[in-house]
Amino acid sequence: MPVTAIKEYVAVPRDQVANFHGKQLVYVSWDRHLLFAAPFLICLPPETPFRELVEGPLKALVSPDPDAAAIDWQRVEWLKSNQPWTPDFDASLAANGIGHKDQLRMCTAGLNSLAPAA
Amino acid sequence: MSTVFIALQANEETRPIIDAIELDNPKAVVHRQPAMVKIDAPDELVIRKQTIEEQLGRAFDLQELQINLITLSGNVDEDDETLTLRWNS
Amino acid sequence: MDMKVDKKKLNLKDKYKLLTRDLGWEPSYHSKDEIYPYVKYEGLKVHDWDKWEDPFRLTMDAYWKYQAEKERKFYAIIDAHTQNNGHLNITDARYLTALKIFLQAISPGEYAAHRGFARVGREFAGVGTQVACQMQAIDEIRHAQTQIHAMSNYNRYYNGFHAFADARDRIWYTSVARSFFDDAMAAGPFEFMIAIGFSFEYVLTNLLFVPFMSGAAYNGDMATVTFGFSAQSDEARHMTLGLECIKFMLEQDPDNLPIVQEWIDKWFWRGFRVLGLVSTMMDYMLPKRVMSWREAWEIYGVENGGALFRDLARYGIRPPKGWDDAEKAIDHMSHQLMLGLYQWSFGTAFHSWIPSDEDMDWLSAKYPATFDKHYRPRWNHIKKLAAAGTPYKNFGLAKLCQCCQLPIVFTEPDDPTMLCNRETTYKGEKYHFCSDGCRDVFEREPEKYIQAWLPMPALFQEQQGDIGAWMAWVSLGDGVDNGDYAGSADQRNFQQWRGLATSNQ
Repeated sequence: MPVTAIKEYVAVPRDQVANFHGKQLVYVSWDRHLLFAAPFLICLPPETPFRELVEGPLKALVSPDPDAAAIDWQRVEWLKSNQPWTPDFDASLAANGIGHKDQLRMCTAGLNSLAPAA
Repeated sequence: MSTVFIALQANEETRPIIDAIELDNPKAVVHRQPAMVKIDAPDELVIRKQTIEEQLGRAFDLQELQINLITLSGNVDEDDETLTLRWNS
Repeated sequence: MDMKVDKKKLNLKDKYKLLTRDLGWEPSYHSKDEIYPYVKYEGLKVHDWDKWEDPFRLTMDAYWKYQAEKERKFYAIIDAHTQNNGHLNITDARYLTALKIFLQAISPGEYAAHRGFARVGREFAGVGTQVACQMQAIDEIRHAQTQIHAMSNYNRYYNGFHAFADARDRIWYTSVARSFFDDAMAAGPFEFMIAIGFSFEYVLTNLLFVPFMSGAAYNGDMATVTFGFSAQSDEARHMTLGLECIKFMLEQDPDNLPIVQEWIDKWFWRGFRVLGLVSTMMDYMLPKRVMSWREAWEIYGVENGGALFRDLARYGIRPPKGWDDAEKAIDHMSHQLMLGLYQWSFGTAFHSWIPSDEDMDWLSAKYPATFDKHYRPRWNHIKKLAAAGTPYKNFGLAKLCQCCQLPIVFTEPDDPTMLCNRETTYKGEKYHFCSDGCRDVFEREPEKYIQAWLPMPALFQEQQGDIGAWMAWVSLGDGVDNGDYAGSADQRNFQQWRGLATSNQ
């Protein structure tokens, strides 16, 4: 719906990728691992290889969780925009189709040390 | 049934007002909490100038309630003699 | 009390008529549409402005008289508090965190409400409404001023109070309240009334001012109790104005119903999200607690809100769309937010802490269905990390909701083990939300929300992700204003000064 206004109301999005100095935002969260209160906001150049996102910021960020050391990164199931998706670790974020402000989710069946017993 | 309520600061000025509200509203329930008193009543609560004056021993303008009022709920109707809180349900 | 009651005077109804209605006039050389250009574009139909009446029938003369009396009482207590070292009479300096949030996020909201009511007091075409809005505008600036004044005494002794205006403009968690008020002020006059007068005042401020302020009394802070109750006595009038305004809109024309219902749906949800911060203040930040957030919600949300919506049903109004999701969130929200505030405490201008075992037992008794199952294990793990000398900090920053601007900490309404991720694409840009409620608000008027200044993305746009530069910009002293309460200067000073005050050392 248009904004209820006295004349035509058109706005400019504040967080366009052009405003991020050659980088983009990627959001990553780890399903059922709520020690991390919210999805992580990570800001990287789109040329960054996916492996570097994982080896760099992501591994450091998830390390406080008792399950972190047990993650088998080759067997993580990923979701992108809530749809199943398989990353190419050697390709860049851009080549993996990870756009600005895309949300990635990691699912690691069997790892649930802080989660309530079902 | 819906609950209407009024909450007043707990102090010397409101003590006789609360007594008056209790006298005029037999179904009212008075809850005393830190620094405040909350009075609940089913559907309707009536606050009468005359009863407050009797308890207070002096003339009282109902609008003086504003000074020690904390909060209320229900539809308000106020004139010189009464302030009524009421839910229509 | 030295207020004299006049011998003989006009009765209330006549006086109200003379001092409101009779102040208006029929314009002769401009049309009403020219004088009041903003009362029609929202689609509301008003046929007779005189049908709007303040049920308290408060007129300006009485208003000044009673407000002056309130101010006298307020300043007597503030003076006594200052003279009596009131800052040492609080239970524990952890309590100050709640005050810092209040000063940084809520008091500026009072000022915003002042600006909004000054504006709509001019824009509404009815005299009764104009007078009531003018009084409310003055009330709101009084609230901002008295709150800042009451808390300035703490600023002399404790950290985190010194730059609330910078915090208001720049820090991440205050943007939650700020965006709420900006959204309201950027709306038309009728929507503003629903936003502030109705949803915020009627449905929600009871939860902020009443049990929380009673809690302040419990924690020995008479200065805050006094500004809180002094403000809330005005709120009682504001709530009544809000309720009256909604009834007026609904009675004026049946076509107004769907518009009003949409606003109620929107503003209930926006207000509920702002209350998230209040839930942590009640459950975690008061060292001595009067009631839990859940218990306060039962009284002021379920019971009082329920009564209100049963009353409005005669006009065809139903409870707000997000009502059921709100109920499902009550037993989770304070824990989810406090865990967030703790792990991001390097970026807050207040202290947070790991709840003690005793506090956790209280939380478990108040939240028997959720605390031990979902939240105690996380706190216990965090406690273990702190004991090992590696206290938990989450430098991942947070994905924020495009609408309410809170970090996305909330779980699915029916699955507390899964974060609630909602997104939408608008004109090729992706936007994220914390809930269906927030996504609905966005999708109703996307152009309004795509401009949102979201503090976390802004950190990467404006400071290129440099947290030190960001701290300087928000006037946050690292290691002074932020971090864990344990080991802070606030904790040290409070204990030392209290010791000096109660002994002859």
